Amino acid sequence: MAYFQMSRLALKWVFAKPVTSRYPFEPRQAIAGSRGRLVFTRDTCVYCTVCAKKCPTGALVVNRAQKRWTIDRLLCITCGYCVEACPKESLELTTDHGSPTVTKDREFC
Amino acid sequence: MPALRDWGMPALVTLPMSRTIIPFGPQHPVLPEPVHLDLVVEDEKVIEARPSIGFVHRGLEKLVEKKDYVEFVYIAERICGICSFIPGPTYCQAIEALMNIPVPPRAHYLRTVWGELSRIHSHLLWLGLMADAVGFESLFMHSWRVREKVLNIIEATTGGRVIFGSCKIGGVRRDIGADAIRQMLADLKKIEQDTRDITRVFLDDSSVKDRLCGVGVLSRQDAYELGCVGPMLRASGVAQDMRQLGYAAFKDLDFEPITRTEGDSYARCAARCQEIFQSIDLIRQALGKIPDGEIAVKVTGNPNGEFMARTEQPRGEVAYCIKANGTKNLQRFRVRTPTFANLPAMLKLLPGCDLADVPVLVLTIDPCISCTER
Ligand code: SF4
Ligand code: SF4
Repeated sequence: MAYFQMSRLALKWVFAKPVTSRYPFEPRQAIAGSRGRLVFTRDTCVYCTVCAKKCPTGALVVNRAQKRWTIDRLLCITCGYCVEACPKESLELTTDHGSPTVTKDREFC
Repeated sequence: MPALRDWGMPALVTLPMSRTIIPFGPQHPVLPEPVHLDLVVEDEKVIEARPSIGFVHRGLEKLVEKKDYVEFVYIAERICGICSFIPGPTYCQAIEALMNIPVPPRAHYLRTVWGELSRIHSHLLWLGLMADAVGFESLFMHSWRVREKVLNIIEATTGGRVIFGSCKIGGVRRDIGADAIRQMLADLKKIEQDTRDITRVFLDDSSVKDRLCGVGVLSRQDAYELGCVGPMLRASGVAQDMRQLGYAAFKDLDFEPITRTEGDSYARCAARCQEIFQSIDLIRQALGKIPDGEIAVKVTGNPNGEFMARTEQPRGEVAYCIKANGTKNLQRFRVRTPTFANLPAMLKLLPGCDLADVPVLVLTIDPCISCTER
């Protein structure tokens, strides 16, 4: 049985830089390739409703007549299914996690 | 002095004074999962453990009737929050077998790599919880520090940290490029070194060994008869690993199931430690052999028939049974999760142990109650 195994590990880390970052003061580095917030580009959208039909959680509702694209941020699981389906490339998942949702209402774009 | 009975009060309950019932869970500092145990203790010894579960039932099996079979991959991935990748490919495997979909070899290899990464992260998470259960707070932090690096690889290659969302019916949704493979191999080297440092503490340090050695011994016979799976079964000396069935890319990879003979908590801890290194080795083998080509094929039509898929999750064998009737919604979906198979063994280990060892024993089966209840 060996003694002081943990002390060896602890000593190794005593002089090292902390692994954690001081979060609110140091912004989080987004990892490339991460699936973050869904961003909608209004200019290219043709309101075809394909994204709303493909969304597995029903987060998107698109109204073709009123030319309105809406999302319920609390339902979106950032799966990227709508991004793959959109024929006009109007949708994109950014790598940052965005700001918290402050309302339970749908977001109109 | 008049007796209580004279005042209309019932006679005091005549329990033997030394016997007490202590509720354990569903909220407990060392227990990440909501299982409730009524522990009947005499002095400091546990005499009996009565479990009750059912706190986090979500009705995911029933959802097959609402979501079509393609969308259901997302729900299958959410059955378990820790080994979240492997349920996806297992479900896809069942559907692909029913529909005779020729999955491209590269997709099989990518599924294998992600599956093993999820095993590494799950075992590191378990090591941290174990360190916490034996009262080793700083070791817990170190285990999770290493796990963070694994999560970063996962996020960079799949886009998700915990829910990967990279598997779909007919293949996978993302490819890993040559640069990312090189980066992953470099990161794995560091992870291997760090894991070696912390597993040395788990396996050699006297204070950890004092808490684990000889605690909760499960014999080979009992482990087999109670239907244990995964590291729990292998730590008791039965060499059974569903990866030997050769699903995904495992048929081309070279590995032996890791077994121990002692069957105690230390053996279960050691088996998981060794499995981390085994998984790192399997990822290296898979990335060395990964073929070029397509990552997914187009899927048309609806599944029809019944199929049972079996794979090895970090906690052990999982079985997915699906029944389809030719429509886009499945008729029935059933999961037998590894924790469900390991619970009887846990209840066998508890009677006779010290009260202070209960958290350790509950943790050695690596319980995942959320997936057991679905
Ligand atoms: S699929 Fe694309 S183009 Fe069609 S409604 Fe959605 S965002 Fe607009
Ligand atoms: S990312 Fe997924 S959940 Fe979110 S809106 Fe798109 S399809 Fe729906």
